[in-house]
Amino acid sequence: MAEFKLKIRRYDPATGAAPYWDEHTVDLEPHRSVLEGILQARDGSDGSIGVRCSCRSAICGSCGVRVNGKPGLACHTHLDDALASAGEDGVIEVEPMGNMPIIKDLIVDMDAVHWKKIQRVTPWLIGKEPVPEREYIVSRESMIDVTQSMACIQCGACVSDCLSMEVDPLFVGPAALAKTYRFVGDPRDAAHEQRLKDLGEDKHGIYDCTHCFKCIEACPKGVAPMNQIMRLRRIAGNDFQIKDRNNGERHEAAFVKNIEKNGILHEADLLPDSYGGKFHPRAVPELISSLPIVMTALLRRKMTPAKALLHPHKASDGVKKIFEVVEGRDQRNEFNLYISGTDANNEGTDDVAEKIEVAEPAGVAADGSEGSSA
Amino acid sequence: MKVAYWPGCVSRGFTSELHGSMAAVAPMLNIELVELDRASCCGAGVIAEHSQELADTLNARTFALAQQEITQGADLMMNICSTCQGAQSECQQRLDASAEYRAQVNETLADEGLEYQDGIINKNFLWVLVEDIGLERLGSLVQKPLTDLRVGPFYGCYIVRPTDRLDINAAQPRDEYLGQVIETLGGIVIDYAGSHKCCGFPIITMNKKASLEQAGRHLADAVDAEADCLVTPCPLCHLNLDLQQPMAAKQVGRELNMPVLHLPQLVGLALGISPEELGLQHHIVKPTSVIDWSQAVVGGVGGW
Repeated sequence: MAEFKLKIRRYDPATGAAPYWDEHTVDLEPHRSVLEGILQARDGSDGSIGVRCSCRSAICGSCGVRVNGKPGLACHTHLDDALASAGEDGVIEVEPMGNMPIIKDLIVDMDAVHWKKIQRVTPWLIGKEPVPEREYIVSRESMIDVTQSMACIQCGACVSDCLSMEVDPLFVGPAALAKTYRFVGDPRDAAHEQRLKDLGEDKHGIYDCTHCFKCIEACPKGVAPMNQIMRLRRIAGNDFQIKDRNNGERHEAAFVKNIEKNGILHEADLLPDSYGGKFHPRAVPELISSLPIVMTALLRRKMTPAKALLHPHKASDGVKKIFEVVEGRDQRNEFNLYISGTDANNEGTDDVAEKIEVAEPAGVAADGSEGSSA
Repeated sequence: MKVAYWPGCVSRGFTSELHGSMAAVAPMLNIELVELDRASCCGAGVIAEHSQELADTLNARTFALAQQEITQGADLMMNICSTCQGAQSECQQRLDASAEYRAQVNETLADEGLEYQDGIINKNFLWVLVEDIGLERLGSLVQKPLTDLRVGPFYGCYIVRPTDRLDINAAQPRDEYLGQVIETLGGIVIDYAGSHKCCGFPIITMNKKASLEQAGRHLADAVDAEADCLVTPCPLCHLNLDLQQPMAAKQVGRELNMPVLHLPQLVGLALGISPEELGLQHHIVKPTSVIDWSQAVVGGVGGW
């Protein structure tokens, strides 16, 4: 047994009092979880500590909290690991998750934020018609692919730390968008285009993600929500040519074209092109609003008119060739580490298959027919 | 040391003072820069959003060009942009994972006589400073310590997340290096909420309000923590934090006036290079506090 110091963030909105920190010392084996620490403090010294939990084995998603500032499951964080990431005072800090209102202490209102957003994306399969007479056959790869987003246990850790949601609470967010990919990536779903169109027309949809990797880092189940969001964008833009209301697809197309032409980015062209071109009605107010900054930049000689307008760099033949070959493919060639694994991980799997064959009982051939036995 | 040097796009465009200050600082740190002038944009995550294979192939080409320099004596590939670091690391992770996929990508490069072999070492200047030059040596080169200068680190998402891909762990705390460098240069590290958050730049054309709100909040947090300036290894963060700062200030409804320095500029000041040579006069937010500091007589000198 060892002693650990836990500092728990306490807050009860019903009382009107300000939040405060509450310190407890618990006595547990180092491999025990932070959740067990919180429960010992609650049961042993202060029954008023509010915490939500159920399975205590990282599958129900109830005990999402922040430990030393990082979101995760309290039941899935060992006390010794938590101590290692604690500050110099050696006190483990436990706080409620972010981006959601606090009900009491460590309990946040998942209904008000997380579940509302999940409901917003039609979180069920819309079957194709006619319904097949027997089971719907799906390729192994598609199935492995969607298992990544299916692994979500709805704990809200990604929502807690989403930096887009921090400034735009209307953002649909990482958990709900990963859930969207679970259906857009499923060949049995009939509504891929409608789902993507819906989230492209929502200004707080797939193009409101700021690409900060926070959700990837937060997820205790390896769902990598941001990767799923990027795939939604790829499918929306490339497969369905969906024009979203954030200029996301237009910006992406302008960026790709800019590099194909210039090799390295010509920034002065990118901004107007992202809005449809220098003289497009959408671009004009944008350009006018950035004029004061452009003037200051010219004044400080941050850029010169010649540099801003003429871009001396042009794409080399080698770069042009890459665009020609890759953009000319009939099908997108997408290498997905989650499906394929790495060579290092896969090493030896062939041997395993061989060993299984060898281990088959004598007298039975590999095709299952009985061999001749004397 | 000699490095295959990838400056990125923005350091030669809207933040050319970054490229210039790196060139000024390199000889003082004994870094020979062999510029990869044939290489192309890393895609900044946007090209990968369109086509992963396109981003992977463009970066495989850059890596192959760097490897040509490495066979001729360069120690590693070095970049000066957090976004390049992250976008290139992401592509490298896929390229290094599978010989089969690498072969497909190399087939596209074959016409140019290029081939990427797995395992290139590509490091941001920040990582090179700590891991290859070393803080001790960096400290010994300081001519003008940043005494009393209060500096807030601003990393940029791409250089701190995801931690496993970027090899960030207890033995190699790359997400704490900026603080270590500021301290080594003699400055005071300012702890504030925004240091590891997103500057908002990736959505500046998609949701301008949210983007400026992000930049504005982090800058305001730094103001409240009484920082004299911020320092960043990412030129894209610099665009949102410096170039867009007047708009960000309007968005959050308060005065900010927070100078933002590129990493080589901060290093250069401590190595005794003049603010002008480091291009500080080109910033949108006048780095008055930093210039004042650089012209002040350092306390303790002359028998105080």
